[in-house]
Amino acid sequence: MSMTTEQSKTVIEVRKVRQSFPRPSGGELTVLEDVNMTLREGEIVGLLGRSGSGKSTLLRIMAGLVEPTGGSALFQGQPIHGPAAGIAMVFQTFALFPWLTVLQNVSLGLDALKIPEAEARKRALEAIDLIGMDGFESAYPKEISGGMRQRVGFARALVVHPDLLLMDEPFSALDVLTAETLRTDLLDLWSEGRMPIKSILLVTHNIEEAVLMCDRILVFSSNPGRVVAEIPVDIPRPRNRLDTKFRRLVDHIYERMTMPASAGGPQAGVPDLSGDSITKVLPRVSTNSIAGLIEAIAGAPYNGRADLPVLADDMHMSADVLFSVAETLQLLRFADIEGGDIRLTEAGRRFANEDVNVRKQMFAERLLSHVPLAAHIKRVLDERPEHRAPYSRFAEELEDAMSEEQAEETLRSAINWGRFAEVFAYDENRAMLSLDNPS
Amino acid sequence: MEKIQTISVARRGRLAPSPWDGVALCLVAGSLALIVYGARQMGGPLTSVSAAEISLSPAHLPEYALRTTLRMFAALAASLLFTFTYATAAAKSRRAEAVLIPILDVLQSVPVLGFLSFTVTGFMAIFPGSALGAECAAIFAIFTAQAWNMAFSFYQSLRTVPLDLDEATRAFRLSGWQRFWRLDVPFAMPGLIWNMMMSMSGSWFFIVASEAISVGNTTITLPGIGSYVALAIERRDLMAVGYAVVAMLIVIIAYDQLLFRPLVAWAQKFRFEQTAGQQMTGVWLLRLLNRAKLVQLGFAPLQKGFGAVARAPMNFGKWRWTATPVPARWLNALWGGVWWGVWVFVALFGLEALYRELYGQVDWPEVMEAFRLGLLTLTRVVVLVVLASLVWVPIGVWIGLRPRLAMRLQLIAQVLAAFPANLLFPAAVVGILHFQLNPNIWLSPLMILGTQWYILFNVIAGASAFPSDLRDAAANLRVTGRPWWFKVILPGIFPYFVTGGLTASGGSWNASIVAELVVWGNTRLEANGLGSYIAKATAAGDYPRIILGVVVMSVFVTLFNRIFWRPLNSYAERRLRMN
Repeated sequence: MSMTTEQSKTVIEVRKVRQSFPRPSGGELTVLEDVNMTLREGEIVGLLGRSGSGKSTLLRIMAGLVEPTGGSALFQGQPIHGPAAGIAMVFQTFALFPWLTVLQNVSLGLDALKIPEAEARKRALEAIDLIGMDGFESAYPKEISGGMRQRVGFARALVVHPDLLLMDEPFSALDVLTAETLRTDLLDLWSEGRMPIKSILLVTHNIEEAVLMCDRILVFSSNPGRVVAEIPVDIPRPRNRLDTKFRRLVDHIYERMTMPASAGGPQAGVPDLSGDSITKVLPRVSTNSIAGLIEAIAGAPYNGRADLPVLADDMHMSADVLFSVAETLQLLRFADIEGGDIRLTEAGRRFANEDVNVRKQMFAERLLSHVPLAAHIKRVLDERPEHRAPYSRFAEELEDAMSEEQAEETLRSAINWGRFAEVFAYDENRAMLSLDNPS
Repeated sequence: MEKIQTISVARRGRLAPSPWDGVALCLVAGSLALIVYGARQMGGPLTSVSAAEISLSPAHLPEYALRTTLRMFAALAASLLFTFTYATAAAKSRRAEAVLIPILDVLQSVPVLGFLSFTVTGFMAIFPGSALGAECAAIFAIFTAQAWNMAFSFYQSLRTVPLDLDEATRAFRLSGWQRFWRLDVPFAMPGLIWNMMMSMSGSWFFIVASEAISVGNTTITLPGIGSYVALAIERRDLMAVGYAVVAMLIVIIAYDQLLFRPLVAWAQKFRFEQTAGQQMTGVWLLRLLNRAKLVQLGFAPLQKGFGAVARAPMNFGKWRWTATPVPARWLNALWGGVWWGVWVFVALFGLEALYRELYGQVDWPEVMEAFRLGLLTLTRVVVLVVLASLVWVPIGVWIGLRPRLAMRLQLIAQVLAAFPANLLFPAAVVGILHFQLNPNIWLSPLMILGTQWYILFNVIAGASAFPSDLRDAAANLRVTGRPWWFKVILPGIFPYFVTGGLTASGGSWNASIVAELVVWGNTRLEANGLGSYIAKATAAGDYPRIILGVVVMSVFVTLFNRIFWRPLNSYAERRLRMN
């Protein structure tokens, strides 16, 4: 029941929101830039983006947990300053209190609303009933499964009768089957109008989940995070994942999210892997995943070319993880990504057939010519008389251009790849990079 | 595996009283009556205290034990109150934190008996002519042996509250008060209870000194086990010391069984890990209370009342941000200036007071002498911790790798840790005199007598937690002997060992004041060191020298921890902690 008509009332409105954090080395790091969006009554809107794209930060701004650096967020016309009544949140990690029973956890928000105990108990029991947790009122979170825990999380949010439900990757900590059951249950309650809410905002990195649940999908870019595309989902509910229209939309979004900056519209992927500076963010991808993905694409049934959604399904990888590995292959020129497909290059095909020593050689060559940071580390080590340099020397250099965590992740990736390629060595105890090869 | 029940409100359907009700009722009512009786004695006139002869007859011991126990619990209550306020302030306000945490760090390094000399006259002045002043001084001395580690534990817990739960309390708009009882206290509970047990154990050590207070000319003897022991030592009555030991053991076992075991079992539900916790033994009291339906019914209003208080939507402080307009920012900066100004003033005032007190009384050679004595005591502490480690690490590993044995011995080790080692001092004196030994060497072991157990049971805990797959892997590769110790087990237990060693060394510094100067009747045995220096100055009521000794000891302890234990600890946490 999509009711995205223009006449619907606006529930939440975000205007020119900007979020940045001061960097230790001075200057600031922008996480969100010029984000505008509106959420109207009766719709489920998805915020789709890679991890680290700032979509969770945007959700927290709407929840009143984080104050934006610039711009404003309006809930029912009122500016949001601190958590507002009428907005409830569901957490990725459930955020249940292990020392409170299911009933007490659900009643949590009612205490703050100063609702008398008897009334609170009645409402909590109703919410537990609605979400299908009857009989578990006195259980502790420890005793119940992950799916049940998230049901409690939903009940806790619904019991305060919010107008807006914010969901922060609510299904990503659950196994595939449980997640699907919860999604359908939630959608059933929504379409039957049994939930006391007006609209839902869903943050996710799961493309199929977004297409299954949402009336509208906002695709997020990274560094800094901004909305790069708005995709309406005009598929009647209940939706079928095998439906051609459904598949086509999923393919389209995959394509959209792997589109490089050069080919029209800004790239939606997290790290900007197309640049050639040493301060380019590198994803944390192990050399095993790199080799594994190359072998998988090289083998049957793909024979060197694969459709990304199909590959993700086949390899049991989330789109998010697959993107990271695929883009690393592209960075090292082992593969090309275009139109939602990945295709091995000549080097990629050769890599798949070689033994480990040749693989290391190929990897080393590609690392030094296509990953400027690795080449930079090698050069510094070569130039120094002792052929060694501390970790912090490079970390500080990177922190001028990115956040501390990104710098750490990037440097760790470079070190791991360099170790595999035997280009340089790293002594964890002394935090020292060197050219020594432990013999 | 028996499931541990928590006290829950009785179901209305089954109200028939059970025999358990009788037992539980006796326990509850009896405890209340005892508390009332003991408390009434505290308010008596001062003459009744200073004039009262302590009797060495064992018939009086139950009453003495009761009064000592009440003092300890009064101190524990005060420590809890201190913990909830001081640590909360430090954790919630960055400004407060910058001042309060260093202060706590210093307080922790001040020897417990140092506090006593300064506060006793003050408390006597607050309640002139009443025994209450002396009681307060004694309770305060015990408080100083209990409060600091509890406050630290609570502060650490508040700093590590899981982010998602923090966000949940904010998103659902709980008030500061509701959040404190719903999130902060429960999350901190397991660590806090463990530290309360430690505190109770540690404070026994100072009971003798805090009940038989003698600072300069002021001599007060409060009826209690401590005074009983003091008198027994004065009269060289080994038999009486023996009685006191038995009474103390009974008290320790009683509160362990009646209070701490049930508390620890109950606190299991506050453990944050989503996996089942370790099995607890000796929770018969909880089971009893669970079966006693009528008594539970009596508890129900209490529970309800607490629930209502915890849910009250009171708010203190503004944890909700609003857009700060420019004038507010100025105001903020102004407050910051005032805050720091006050503290600078306080610090200067303290420095000036210190200078005035010491100037002309203590000269530089004296200060150098105090540092020399400090080095002597430092040597003792280091040698003793090394020796104790050499003995207890292998034994602890051996025990820890045998789970059944570990469970049984863990209890014994805890009782041993609670057992005040100073009761054994008379035996040491007799031995040293008999064999004509050098007190400079042979008094030293007394310092670690009470604190060595921390090394033992931390190592046991470490060895029990050592992953069995790593043990299996080592066995499979047939790693034995030296390589097994140095590559497998020692790195595995190292973080635990550091915790134990740190506690043991801190405790030994504290104990040096009692252990370096031992009295048995008219015999005085003395070892050269900072501890005996402070002890002598205290006995003489020589305040400038007490201050000097206490300050020097604080400096030593703080530096020793900063230079040695902290780096070791951070290394262990970083490299050797298994997750």
